[in-house]
Amino acid sequence: MATIEIRDLRKQFGDFTAVRESSFTIEDGEFFMLLGPSGCGKTTTLRMIAGLELPTSGEIYLDGEEVSQKLARERDIAFVFQMFALYPHMNVRKNITYPLVSQGWPRNRIKAKLDEVAGILGIRDILDRPVGGLSGGDRQRVALGRAIVREPKAFMMDEPLGALDAEFRERMAEELRALHDRMGATTVYVTHDQLEAMQMGDKIVVMNNAVVEQFGTPREIYDTPATMFVADFIGDPSMNFLPFEGVLAEGASSVSLGGIETAIPMAREGARGRLVLGARPEHIALTDDGPLRGRVAATEYLGTSQVVTLDTGFGEVKARIAADRRMAPGETAALTIDGTRVTMFDEGTGRALRSELNEGVI
Amino acid sequence: MSSYSVTEPSQKSKTVAAVLVIAYALITMVPLVWIILTGFKSPADAISYPPKVVFDPTLEGYVNLFTTRTRVTPEDLEALGPPETWYDAIVRQYDMVIAGPSKFGERFLNSIIIGFGSTFLSIFLGTLAAYAFSRFRIPLADDLLFFILSTRMMPPIAVAIPIFLMYRQLGLSDTHLGMILLYTAVNISLAVWLLKGFIDEIPREYEEAALIDGYTRFQAFYKVVLPQAATGIASTAIFCLIFAWNEYAFAVLLTSATAQTAPPFIPTIIGVGGLDWPAVAAGATLFLLPVMIFTIVLRKHLLRGITFGAVRK
Ligand SMILES: Nc1ncnc2c1ncn2[C@@H]1O[C@H](COP(=O)(O)OP(=O)(O)OP(=O)(O)O)[C@@H](O)[C@H]1O
Ligand SMILES: [Mg+2]
Repeated sequence: MATIEIRDLRKQFGDFTAVRESSFTIEDGEFFMLLGPSGCGKTTTLRMIAGLELPTSGEIYLDGEEVSQKLARERDIAFVFQMFALYPHMNVRKNITYPLVSQGWPRNRIKAKLDEVAGILGIRDILDRPVGGLSGGDRQRVALGRAIVREPKAFMMDEPLGALDAEFRERMAEELRALHDRMGATTVYVTHDQLEAMQMGDKIVVMNNAVVEQFGTPREIYDTPATMFVADFIGDPSMNFLPFEGVLAEGASSVSLGGIETAIPMAREGARGRLVLGARPEHIALTDDGPLRGRVAATEYLGTSQVVTLDTGFGEVKARIAADRRMAPGETAALTIDGTRVTMFDEGTGRALRSELNEGVI
Repeated sequence: MSSYSVTEPSQKSKTVAAVLVIAYALITMVPLVWIILTGFKSPADAISYPPKVVFDPTLEGYVNLFTTRTRVTPEDLEALGPPETWYDAIVRQYDMVIAGPSKFGERFLNSIIIGFGSTFLSIFLGTLAAYAFSRFRIPLADDLLFFILSTRMMPPIAVAIPIFLMYRQLGLSDTHLGMILLYTAVNISLAVWLLKGFIDEIPREYEEAALIDGYTRFQAFYKVVLPQAATGIASTAIFCLIFAWNEYAFAVLLTSATAQTAPPFIPTIIGVGGLDWPAVAAGATLFLLPVMIFTIVLRKHLLRGITFGAVRK
């Protein structure tokens, strides 16, 4: 298996930059998520790692070896395409064994390997079927079979569940994760679904507009977002942003939010001007008394909790509170923000300001 | 109560459609059947009026097509003794003997060599070019494609005189190679454009999967793209063959003794020993066969391909 290191990777299509100076490292055996909105350059990054696209500049190290200009077939990386790309003129058996034929495996070894893979994926009974008539889930399994049969150094998966219907996605996602845990193969998985990324990933790279915004574990990315984009993209409902004009002194552990003194993790850098206080909905409590007040605009009952939307002097703020508390629209309530979990941002750059909460992480 | 269906036509409209299709098929088949029947008539039956639908079939037309004959006096005929073969017997009814084979076989072979040769070359070059245009970033690709198409924008015969002069200089006049190159040059633009459309329709992921699976670019093309493009290749090949097979003007102009194809040859049969319609009809019948067989062999592909790649799945 393999460690993959991406250093200053860039891809240009004519004048258009699809990936801009990306750097991150994928450790051996990791289930690694490339997450971002449509068009941000996820597929392009994945294709460069696999060798289907050559980078304009930058390096890709596969187990320490620089491979960025090597041909796809010399890299020993398997790729699962979004639409599976099973060879339509071949049956399931041929599709799966095709990579082995190219490597000149002897027939009996191919047969044994096919049997093993078909067993793992539970597709022994469809081996002789043409791929045309298969269900989405079976196609997915065949595509996986074609990838794992080679025992490659790493797997690249481009939204492999994107073509499946919602109900089936969940099951396939579990199967995939189980398969990964069983084989321990380094896997790079592209998705635009933050939930999928949080659930399945050991590490996540969040991309936006050709740029890597943040790279870390799901916990790091959720608790200490490096940019406003990440804070907004991850989490449902996403982080609340309370913009204000003010000054943040290095070493301060509170800010004046339009006159309201609010606790924050101790700042490790100072800033002034347009600042944003970011707080996750579950870190906002509703009380009867307090200086920061809002009027309930809507409530969303979720069973185990509820999300209350309040209109405040800082715009709309969502709070996640206990499900049993009754809140009616029109009611006013005071908002108490958990000062240990807040992230401060510079609105101009969108960058998170360093504090005792996120230092060492971002 | 009869149920009404949007997608399934009613029995009545099916019947009407069937009648119309059959009637149309019959009408278009009449000339074809006429030619095939005439090939089996005697010269007298062929020109009788009203036309004979029921007649004694004979192979005279075919014998005349493949042979040259000389007239002999009845005494000489007597001296020859009984005819040795069935075709000798046919010829002798007219006080003639077979002098030797006619040029038809040779011309027909020329047509086959030139027609299939140029079709093969057009498809071979066309597929490679179409693949390159479809998959690689080629500088000035749009201009090149337009240039290739523009060779189609005038009737090929408009450049007959320059080609005639060039071919004479190059020694390509009346050669198989010359005709193959010429027909390929005419067909290649059609081939590139049609095939590019078909190859564009094939998702790149198939080849990319093959590249990842350890195949070279050429192997991926050969093993994954070609089978996918079979429909397009078959229908394009038929178009190319039909053009090269039927082409008359260049064949008249550029070929004579060695590389003459069947189309300019068949009319010359008329002139040999009076109006020999059965022989002409026999020649026309045989001439129809190769394209017909080729089309029938490829029809499975053609039926899907005729939509020009618009509806493929
Ligand atoms: N071959 C290409 N030529 C020109 N532009 C391209 C090419 N491939 C991708 N792009 C552009 O690069 C950008 C990033 O594309 P990419 O496919 O990597 O996005 P993505 O993050 O995978 O998005 P999606 O979630 O929609 O798949 C897009 O704007 C796309 O239009
Ligand atoms: Mg993509």
